[in-house]
Amino acid sequence: MTESSTASVNGGISEQRLWRLLKAGLPYAGLAVLLAVLSILRSESFLTIDNFTIVIKRSSYVIIAAAGMTMVIVSGGIDLSVGSIFAFSGVTGALAVTAGVPVPVAILMGVGAGAACGLVSGGMITLLRIPPFIATLGMLWAIRGLGEAVTHGGQARYIEAPAWRWLYSDLTTIQVAGLEIPVPVPVVLMVVVVLTFTYIMRRTRLGRYTYAIGSNAEAARLSGVRIRRVQAILYMICGGLAGLSGMILAAKLSAGVATEGIGEELTVIAAVVIGGGSLSGGMGTVGGCVIGALLMSFLANGCNLVGIEQHWQKVIAGAIVVAAVALDQWRHRRAG
Amino acid sequence: MQGISKRFGGVQALDGVDFDLRAGEVHIVVGENGAGKSTLMKILAGAQQADSGQILLDGLPAVIDSPSDAFELGIATVYQEFALAGALTVAENIFLGREPLRVRPGVIDYRAMNDEAARLLDRLNCPVPPTAIVETLGTAQMQLVEIAKALAFRSRILILDEPTAALSEGEIGHLFDVIRQLRDEGVSIVYISHRLEEFEHIGDRITVLRNGVKIETLSMAEASIDRLVRSMAGREVKELFPKQPAQIGEPVLRVEGLTVGERLVDLSFELRAGEILGVAGLVGSGRTTLCRALFGLERIDRGRIWLRGGEVTGLPPTRSIEAGVGLVPEDRKGQGLALNLTLRHNVALPSLPRISSLMGVRAAAERQLAAEQVERLSIVASSIEQLAGELSGGNQQKLVLAKWFAANSEVMILDEPARGVDVGAKAEIFRIISESAAEGRAVLMVSSYLPEILGMADRVLVLYRGRLAGELPIEGLTQERIIHLASVGGDLEESAA
Repeated sequence: MTESSTASVNGGISEQRLWRLLKAGLPYAGLAVLLAVLSILRSESFLTIDNFTIVIKRSSYVIIAAAGMTMVIVSGGIDLSVGSIFAFSGVTGALAVTAGVPVPVAILMGVGAGAACGLVSGGMITLLRIPPFIATLGMLWAIRGLGEAVTHGGQARYIEAPAWRWLYSDLTTIQVAGLEIPVPVPVVLMVVVVLTFTYIMRRTRLGRYTYAIGSNAEAARLSGVRIRRVQAILYMICGGLAGLSGMILAAKLSAGVATEGIGEELTVIAAVVIGGGSLSGGMGTVGGCVIGALLMSFLANGCNLVGIEQHWQKVIAGAIVVAAVALDQWRHRRAG
Repeated sequence: MQGISKRFGGVQALDGVDFDLRAGEVHIVVGENGAGKSTLMKILAGAQQADSGQILLDGLPAVIDSPSDAFELGIATVYQEFALAGALTVAENIFLGREPLRVRPGVIDYRAMNDEAARLLDRLNCPVPPTAIVETLGTAQMQLVEIAKALAFRSRILILDEPTAALSEGEIGHLFDVIRQLRDEGVSIVYISHRLEEFEHIGDRITVLRNGVKIETLSMAEASIDRLVRSMAGREVKELFPKQPAQIGEPVLRVEGLTVGERLVDLSFELRAGEILGVAGLVGSGRTTLCRALFGLERIDRGRIWLRGGEVTGLPPTRSIEAGVGLVPEDRKGQGLALNLTLRHNVALPSLPRISSLMGVRAAAERQLAAEQVERLSIVASSIEQLAGELSGGNQQKLVLAKWFAANSEVMILDEPARGVDVGAKAEIFRIISESAAEGRAVLMVSSYLPEILGMADRVLVLYRGRLAGELPIEGLTQERIIHLASVGGDLEESAA
């Protein structure tokens, strides 16, 4: 269609595209290098089905929440309340079970509680025009406190029902080349969430509008995008997915624990940012946040295997987040 | 200033301009948009550097390489956009960066600062306490604070850029009093304005610029509005616009008594299919407000808008688009495009509801839509997957137009559609606009550059301070007549009377 005009594209533009590709590929390359190094250094303990299962299972709830966070961050927003939602949804579900609600319904109530929190944040942001950072910071404290209050100071609510643990159990095991590979429920959920939201971001109006709002909210508005409605939906989705993560955590703990997930919002945000999400909006993918989350999980795992203390793991994690963003800024300057 | 020249890319913004300013005079500089007024003043203020020519101050060559050089030499500028920190007090703003300190370093002597600020404000007859927070002030008061700031630098030369654009009549009177008083105290004032009716109240001499060249400098005795208008417009108004003949049909859009605050007052007009309706007027005359109001971006206080017989008054953008209205905003980077998204994504954005199913956006339909528009508007891009931000200005502007062609908009509202693009791209954009009218679209086009209006429009609306100053057929219409209506509000005959 435009072959005739292709010739007029100068070298500078193809260089920009090269940078774009390089940036998009970098988290993948980082993860590949990390896996390769660990495979060489600690093959006997690292390259085991048990080890991989544990790491990926633990990553699953971070990735599920990060998928929602990706959408919010791509739209130019932020949600600081997801760590508190992890706890709040678990507590909601646990209280419902205690009150006699069937476990599956209680789990859905937990997820719904997360979505409700997100919707309230979205309402504060779009209707009261409160900056997302502040609105969700308020949410972070409010629902953390609410969860602690209804559990009498944050006591864990243990749930004995086996169904409660289903979200952190193995769905089945499959035989591959004589090896028994477990298929955990949270990993299946994670894959479903990632595929669904990748599709939404790439192929639906909601996804297009999300990128458009994050890239230039005013241009999106003048193109007919109902930006406030879209933003409210995004925060609701982010809250709902955080609620699902919270229920997976609660299954892992066999309890609703009001003090769980403190600071986890930062892990989730870091996964998005390492995966190429830009806090100034308009950039980021669900696939990227998966890589970001796995990178951090395998890094922690590798440090444990190699014998690096937890304190130093934090220092390394901090350095990686900053490096990812520094790279992003550098690329921005180059792209002009 | 002697022989000042300045080029921007392919545009000769200033060509050998001489300009002199006497002590204690008010020297008015007039000219159409793009005549070079702002560039000349920016060079004097150190915000830009001349390519050639020199500046003499008291007969000695002066080097003004930066705004701070200009301040040191006693040259201060009050731009249309104020440079004030809204959260600080009046006194803090006046002395920003040069606060009087107490003995201990870093501790501001607030009493001395506020006293001095009060003296300056008193000199300007400005009844604002030095401790007032700037963002609580009105526009006129903020302007006086800016002038006080300039005086605090002990400035000998004060440049005022369109100082009355945002002021009411009473405020203008007060500003003129202040200007006269400063002049009598020996301050030299350069006064840039579009409003020709002002010059006889305030000026001592007046210089006319056109296309980067100084046409003449007149004393007040020599100057008259008629003479200035002729001098500003010049002769070479005929430029090539590829205007195609179009069948002008039924009225598509009808506006009655449209009022938006004070920015747009009781405006009525019709827009017909196949017609290009030009809208002219000075900055602040309500041109952009009109565009935004028609698209549902302004709160309409009174009046009604009909589109093909159905009322569309105050519909939000989403509904305006559904009704068939498209807006090309004046700021393409800020409002027109999502620069870090692809060309495909940008073109399709307003059309997504049409090309989406339950399963999401139909990818093939979207690619086709984008490819069609790229071909139709000859947008130069490596592919439809190129980022909008990587395109040249002219191609970006075509992309904004492409959005509305893709959305099949029946009414196109174009706010400065050719601003900031090179000459070649301009001609192409006008060809596209002309074609779209020939296809039966109704086009409303705002432009600050009158040859564009005269070359493209079938009919012209002239706005003056939010009101309709004239609705003129294109036949026999001259730049002089438009300039006169836009800058005085009345017609030639009326002002002569």
